[in-house]
Amino acid sequence: MAKANFDVPELKEYVDVPELVEGTMAHLSPFIAKPDHNIPLGFPGELVEDWHDKALEKLDDLRSRYRSLQVYLDACVKCGACTDKCHYYLSTKDPKNMPVGRQDLLRKVYRRYNTFAGKYFPWLVGAEDLTRETLDDWYSYYHQCSQCRRCSVFCPYGIDTAEISMAAREILDSVGYGQKYCNEIIAKVHEKGNNLGLPGPAILDTLEGLEEDVEEETGVVVKFPLDVKGADILLVTPSADFFAEPHVDGLIGYGKVFHEAGISWTLSTTASEAGNFGMFIGSYENMRKVAMRIRTAALELGVKRIVFGECGHAWRVAYAFLNTLAGPFDFLDPKYPVPQHICEFTYDLIQQGKLNFDKSANDDMTLTFHDSCNVARATRMGDKPGGQFDIPRAVIKAVCNNYVDMDHETIGEKTFCCGGGGGLLTDDLMEIRVKGALPRMTALQNAIKEEGVTHMAAICAICKSQFTKVLPYYGMDMDQIVSVHQLVSNAIILTGQNTDEDDADDESDGDE
Amino acid sequence: MSTVYALLFIVATLVLVIGLARKIVQYAKTPAPLKIATTPAPVTQAGVVMRMFREVVFFESLFKGTKWTWIFAWLFHMALFVVLLRHLRYFTDPVWLPIELIQPFGVYAGFAMLAGLAGLLVRRIFVDRVRYISAPSDYLWLLVLIFIGISGLMMKFVAHTDIVMVKQFFTGLMGFSIGTLPIDFPLVVHLTLVALLMILFPFSKLLHVPGIFFSPSRNQVDNPREKRHLAPWAKAMEE
Repeated sequence: MAKANFDVPELKEYVDVPELVEGTMAHLSPFIAKPDHNIPLGFPGELVEDWHDKALEKLDDLRSRYRSLQVYLDACVKCGACTDKCHYYLSTKDPKNMPVGRQDLLRKVYRRYNTFAGKYFPWLVGAEDLTRETLDDWYSYYHQCSQCRRCSVFCPYGIDTAEISMAAREILDSVGYGQKYCNEIIAKVHEKGNNLGLPGPAILDTLEGLEEDVEEETGVVVKFPLDVKGADILLVTPSADFFAEPHVDGLIGYGKVFHEAGISWTLSTTASEAGNFGMFIGSYENMRKVAMRIRTAALELGVKRIVFGECGHAWRVAYAFLNTLAGPFDFLDPKYPVPQHICEFTYDLIQQGKLNFDKSANDDMTLTFHDSCNVARATRMGDKPGGQFDIPRAVIKAVCNNYVDMDHETIGEKTFCCGGGGGLLTDDLMEIRVKGALPRMTALQNAIKEEGVTHMAAICAICKSQFTKVLPYYGMDMDQIVSVHQLVSNAIILTGQNTDEDDADDESDGDE
Repeated sequence: MSTVYALLFIVATLVLVIGLARKIVQYAKTPAPLKIATTPAPVTQAGVVMRMFREVVFFESLFKGTKWTWIFAWLFHMALFVVLLRHLRYFTDPVWLPIELIQPFGVYAGFAMLAGLAGLLVRRIFVDRVRYISAPSDYLWLLVLIFIGISGLMMKFVAHTDIVMVKQFFTGLMGFSIGTLPIDFPLVVHLTLVALLMILFPFSKLLHVPGIFFSPSRNQVDNPREKRHLAPWAKAMEE
């Protein structure tokens, strides 16, 4: 059990909608970005003196560039449909963590300075001046939003709090009041090519290690190529896949699938990161710059296709934004969508009967699947709406005998965020991360009790890291979260692979 | 007094039409730089039309969200729609047959509308989360609509207004000639509040009416991989 200096919510059978209690999370703010983090991103180093006017100017600028922001600021009727939909509200009771409560922090300022009613009758429409307290509230509560879009599913106008929170973070960045975690990471991507700042040689070293492991385990030489010109496929994957558990087991799975497919592939040092934190801070410019690395790498390596590894927000930027940010991709093979998700890729091969599995290899587990928010509500897989739910499940079911879904109110388009998305995956926000996981943990625990589930699979690096950290707070084991391609890796039978009797020896090798 | 009301309705109509047109132009002109449809989303334009239809006519998302609010909100809006159709007879001569036919339903709709509004008001007062997010204007809008409904029904059931005269006044006004309006208390309340609503419409949360049609999470086709989507200001970055 992990120790905490806050109250970890108790798991019950259901998550009841709590009565609100004001200010329960007002104390929590992430670390503030330093000049070193801000300046490479094009933001002022620290909070500027004329932040008040600059923030209002930025709001005007964003309203003129984003229809979503303008419409969403105007259209809310305060119907309350979203008020009980946010995992952070359900677990903290803080009304500023209700989607509309969060939006209103910005909306009240918009109304005060930009609408007739708010200028002349502020008390009537809840308009308020932009004060230092408001600015701090923005900083605190817009960093308690994981931009998961669950609220947007239920809003009669489709108001997406993620859009508001991205805009608010961009305003904060524009006055030099950004968040350390996101900005430091974006600066690292700009400089090194991945969120973790891993240099090329370190990646190469890891990949060679993986080749050895797989050969030892299976007797088959499976290559994990880096910067190989002329490969068919460029694989772009979250950098956590290079070292963290259970991510790396997923990477091994991708490698085995490519190997069996007989298609040449490569990773890239300069595009060694699928994640794009530019989205979290709402900065089109930074998001574009990060996305352009992928275009450049694809051109330099002369690949024909781009495939993305398991990562939720990365898949959103890849699926929904990459063509916009870094397209057109007319230099790639037009027979395939650009980009493709690794689950789409594996699923196609399964459909064609090109992969052989021993499903019993996963018989020690009963699996369930956590739909990651960005995949579920901001992207698609395959050519039919909802493919983002069906395809990963089809892959899991093709490689596992035991699979059950969690409570249907908590999966699919209604899925609950892991609690760590949207740039919140940092230790200084641990309290909100642990609390925000409550609805998912509740559904998981019910599936464990009622269906005998032992493990939960996910296709998002943030979800995997978050659950690894958070599961122990709720009395579960950190290794109960697995990668989908880890399951594929377990079950896939490589051509020429060692037979069963060799496996017994491998068991004794142990983990390092 | 009739002249005052004639002018009031000319002003109200102008404010409503020009104000709404300005907002619609603003929404239409503001680019949506990224594909942000809430998925699963339709992959064709026809699918988007269907999604929008379900949203506008059935309040699909609200139905998913909260059943009580959905019942009251849907009842109110659909009843209001029928009531508005019924009112067309005060502005057209001869009256269009379908409008003739719905006249009796329009009266029931008046009561249904009030029931919906009352439900929404009760919810706003008694659900702590909704109370927290409500500003005075949120209550006032409900009260304005409730009083419009009550005063309208009063003219039918309590103190009959000379409705033929009212019709002559409005059809006359549409040809810019000012006639005489019967000055009855319920009619005065009814018309004053309707004019107020028309004037405030473009400056208020009633902008949800045009807003829904411009909401990118609902009106975008889910085809970002197939078709490149680029806002003018984003295109400028590429040059």
